[in-house]
Amino acid sequence: MDHGSLALQYLLSGITKGSIYAVVAIGFNLIFNATGVLNFAQGEFVMLGGMLAVTLTHFVSLPVAVTGAVLAVTLVGCALELLFFRPLRRHSVLLMIVITIGLSIVIQEAALHLWDEKVRSLPYFTGNEVSSVKMLGAAISPQVLWVLGTVALAVVGLHVFLKFTLQGRAMRACSSNPEAAMLAGINTANMRTLSFGLSAGLGALAGCVISPITMTHYEMGAPLAIKGFAAAILGGLGNPMGAVVGGLLVGVLEAVAVSRLPAGYNDVAAFAVLLLVLFVRPHGLFGSLAAEQAREC
Amino acid sequence: MAALVGLLVGPSLRAAETAKTIKIGAIFSVTGPAAFLGAPEEKTARMFIDQLNAKGGLLGAKLELVLKDSAASSEKTVSFAKQLIEEEKVLAIIGPSTSGETLAIKNLCEENKMLLISCAAAETIVNPVARYVFKTPQKDSQAVIWIYRTMKDKGITKIAVLSSNSGFGAAGKKQLEDIAKTEGIEIVANEVYDRAATDLTDVLTKVKSAAGVQAVVNWSIEPAQSLVAKNMKQIGLDVPLFQSHGFGNRKYAEQAGVAAEGILFPAGRLLVVDELPRTHPQRRLLAAYKRDYEALYKEDVSTFGGHAYDALLIITEAIRKAGSTDRDKVRDAIENLKGLVGTAGIFNFSPTDHTGLALDAFEMLTVKGGKFCLYKK
Repeated sequence: MDHGSLALQYLLSGITKGSIYAVVAIGFNLIFNATGVLNFAQGEFVMLGGMLAVTLTHFVSLPVAVTGAVLAVTLVGCALELLFFRPLRRHSVLLMIVITIGLSIVIQEAALHLWDEKVRSLPYFTGNEVSSVKMLGAAISPQVLWVLGTVALAVVGLHVFLKFTLQGRAMRACSSNPEAAMLAGINTANMRTLSFGLSAGLGALAGCVISPITMTHYEMGAPLAIKGFAAAILGGLGNPMGAVVGGLLVGVLEAVAVSRLPAGYNDVAAFAVLLLVLFVRPHGLFGSLAAEQAREC
Repeated sequence: MAALVGLLVGPSLRAAETAKTIKIGAIFSVTGPAAFLGAPEEKTARMFIDQLNAKGGLLGAKLELVLKDSAASSEKTVSFAKQLIEEEKVLAIIGPSTSGETLAIKNLCEENKMLLISCAAAETIVNPVARYVFKTPQKDSQAVIWIYRTMKDKGITKIAVLSSNSGFGAAGKKQLEDIAKTEGIEIVANEVYDRAATDLTDVLTKVKSAAGVQAVVNWSIEPAQSLVAKNMKQIGLDVPLFQSHGFGNRKYAEQAGVAAEGILFPAGRLLVVDELPRTHPQRRLLAAYKRDYEALYKEDVSTFGGHAYDALLIITEAIRKAGSTDRDKVRDAIENLKGLVGTAGIFNFSPTDHTGLALDAFEMLTVKGGKFCLYKK
């Protein structure tokens, strides 16, 4: 392999991982914007999506199973908000963050009992375990293209939703100034529920497309939540598009680290860069100080 | 026959031993990252004890299994071991499932003179020998020798070694490095990856760029075993893939799908029992275990469950031989067990060998049409 195609192979590997972190990071941002809560159960949505879709494929076709899983997890997300966060709205944000950690553990244990400890996966959407697409000397699984395509579509779709639809604008209004949004007649409580549902659905969709590559098991959520959180911080909390850049950056950094250092050090490299960025820009690459202060009022 | 002896001897001993139950502790990682080891072990242990009790137990007493789920955490294992020693006062402990957990309680058991029959593979569990610590799986070094000899048959001398950052991965990596020279194998790439890795294309790209790699050996017990197989094919790394004896679970071959075809790994004979000659000494025991397990739990047997089977087999056989539930007598009886047919092989223990298995306990297996079968040169 020559240097060019080798570099491309690492880059593709990094982008694959990074796009998954990006989706988790977007989920963090959506909920953070609407509620000020960092939802550490974000990775569990990814796990639930994959698990449900795998189970559903026993009964229905793959596209129906994926759609069903995404819808079901969206409802789970809404239900969590209605059951836990709405009644506890008066409590501090810190308390609610602790609740998300608790929920993450509860969901994991529930998944362990609903399913089992075994690893499972969806079939490859196109081709199978050995098929690969060659491009410029590098080779990737066609599923990687599915992941990248789905994530790209989701990001564009989300952007359009937030920018151009009434609901999306209402959601942004809630995040920039909840009181003013309320005065303008926006039901902020419902917007918070919507943000949970949306972020759960996005996570579930990611869980489905990555399942053939990474495989799905009940414990996969927590490590993804940590990486996704790092990506969200790197991109700047509160900026969903920053999350995309943050996620891709963490993924590519890991791949670059593997190419130069022993593979065991990839996390060290990624987090070292995260720390460096935070020293220079405490609000992340694309986070704005103003947005954060507005939230804290 | 043995059960019959138990029945006959039973009543006379009952008076002396006051017919209490024989308590055996078990620490398995039934949940958590090593659940694929612990879950079949736990199921096997329950089945073994139920079957034995249905036949009248041992020395007239019923056996009781005190099960603990360590979730692959060494901290939990230590506290469970203390509980089993101090509160439950069990006769012996079987498990833990992983090497890391076993090493965490090796000294504890030795100091408390508690019999420990580990279901984990690492060499260091029985080397140096601790008087009260035994193990049932084949040794890592034996697996490595099988792999290297198969490589030499295929004319392979330059290899890449991948391992996960778990106790099993680290132990295997060390054996692979130590034995390479004597077997004439050169390791040209050597990478350790995170046990929770979800994609290994970057690590394998590095392997691909290393000069002259003729084969890859992967040493892990995690789902990453299937990842390596898939990712290798996806990035077009077309060399033979060898796995450790940790690949002995049909689930992994299924997860890797067609990418699993042609994977080579050393394993006990449980997975290929149908291919064994009728006269093979292990055939009857293996076929019975496979049939009973699959009928009871509706899932495929794995070699890991077999390790728990062997652990209980060794203890119960030693209790029978010793004719007593005195722990030191049972321990001495284990060291004198010869020719005991188990799932992993034929055990011949001695005061210096607490594994009891020789190189012939392994066979080289391969994956063909999604099924495990004997590898023929």
